Amino acid sequence: MAIASGAIVLLILLFLIWETLPILQIIGLARFFNDPAWHPTSEEFNLVPMLWGTLFVTVGSILIATPIGILSAVFCHYYAPKAIANLYRRAIELLAGIPSVVYGFWGLVVLVPIIGRIHPPGPSLLTGILILTLMILPTITLVADASLASVPSEYLRGCASCGLGRWATVRGVVFPAAKSGLITGVILATGRAIGETMAVLMVCGNVVQTPKDIFEPVRTLTANIALEMAYAVGNHRAALFVTGLVLMVMIIALVIAAELLNKGHIYEQ
Amino acid sequence: MKSRIFTPLFIGFAASLVQSCSKPPEAATKSADQLQGKLVLTGSSTVAPLAAEIAKLYEAEHSGVRIDVQSGGSSRGIADARQGVADVGMVSRSLKDNEKDLQTFTIAKDGISIIVNNANPIKRLTDKQIVDIYTDKINNWKQVGGIDAPITVVNKAEGRSTLELFAEHFKIDTKNIKADVVIGDNEQGIKTVGGNPNAVGYVSIGSGEYAATHQTPIKLLPVEGIAASITNVTNGTFPISRPLNLVTKTTPTGLQKDFIDFARSQQVQDIVKEQYFVPAAQ
Repeated sequence: MAIASGAIVLLILLFLIWETLPILQIIGLARFFNDPAWHPTSEEFNLVPMLWGTLFVTVGSILIATPIGILSAVFCHYYAPKAIANLYRRAIELLAGIPSVVYGFWGLVVLVPIIGRIHPPGPSLLTGILILTLMILPTITLVADASLASVPSEYLRGCASCGLGRWATVRGVVFPAAKSGLITGVILATGRAIGETMAVLMVCGNVVQTPKDIFEPVRTLTANIALEMAYAVGNHRAALFVTGLVLMVMIIALVIAAELLNKGHIYEQ
Repeated sequence: MKSRIFTPLFIGFAASLVQSCSKPPEAATKSADQLQGKLVLTGSSTVAPLAAEIAKLYEAEHSGVRIDVQSGGSSRGIADARQGVADVGMVSRSLKDNEKDLQTFTIAKDGISIIVNNANPIKRLTDKQIVDIYTDKINNWKQVGGIDAPITVVNKAEGRSTLELFAEHFKIDTKNIKADVVIGDNEQGIKTVGGNPNAVGYVSIGSGEYAATHQTPIKLLPVEGIAASITNVTNGTFPISRPLNLVTKTTPTGLQKDFIDFARSQQVQDIVKEQYFVPAAQ
């Protein structure tokens, strides 16, 4: 199984390179970063604003979702009465099960008009961040919840015998013990945030520009592919495959960064 | 693109289905026996999805026929039909004078309408005002007689046929359009304009009229004083419309003729409407 899934990833990567090779040979990789703008039908292929779009939306949602997610897992484990903790856990699991297109639709008809009243036009970087936060929150919470559950109970009894308070226990003992699990959750969530397409396509506005504030519309790399693939031909189509390749490289970079950050021990408990 | 990837797959699948459930060859009718072979269609990416759907239906009715639909732009449709590379070319515009040597068959019409939210008091916009709004020379509804609110310009993603037709009619270079929201399909445009009282956008007329008459808070603005409706596209009075054509080099014969007749018949009207095009008047 491991070989099969590894092979599939490699095949996808090879396929992307195969599809993009002709255009990369003709016009070169540099033009995807130096062209004046993204107008693929007029042979202008700048991907940088979309790279920023993906980065801002992802980082924004991770920054909001990580503290909320981890703290709510802590709340479930060490503060909430059992009944409430169970109810809360079910609710989060339900949140994880909602299809992304439903989030997008909800964002489009509810969230976008609200943001639009605060600061037009409505579909914006902020809306994208909020929707993505909601979508990745369950991943972070549930993984954090599982890793808190696997902290050995001797640790907790030891803390209690030392007379440590609840928060001191959580901060001083539980967090370091569960660190790798918490980070794994955040990495999984980051992967989901980068790859999310439908929801961000519906709420982000999709204008190709580097946003100057959070109320401006942005387009992410994934949205770019989904928006234009249906009607793209020739170089335009190949440019969308380059978009996919850039996205893939970004995710590979993320995984490598995560490995380095943890010196290769993230997946060990 | 969709058609290029999926048509061969579908043909294979349909072929296996048809072969497995159809009666033995001797039971087939004589006319079906005559219609054997392969038909190649190339051209406009606007017509290709429609032609692919029609082709699926046609193949289902004629087991011996394979139809290959490839997109690549209207000019490729013209060139391929002329050189005989394709049996039928697909062209999403009227033929130019130097292309009149080809035979043209209109299978549907495509029109686009400008839409605004129902709460917007604007009743009409001139062509000049629309161009100025889309190129950001006008950015407040006050400037065109509306309320004091910034205009949210909704534009289509690059490569979409609606954008092409819009830009062509208003003579705007797509690079000069300054959008606030870029959308993909018509439905997304309708939802965006329906949810934002200050938005203006454009969608295929079929989907626009359907939404406006089915409780979506949008209205279709007239263009050059002519009401935006399917009826006006059908009778040819609505200015922003274009024919979707099949072209052939010579007078079509055999399979070629049968398929073109089929694509213009009542049988495919549902498919045409599903893709938000307007059936050609019979």
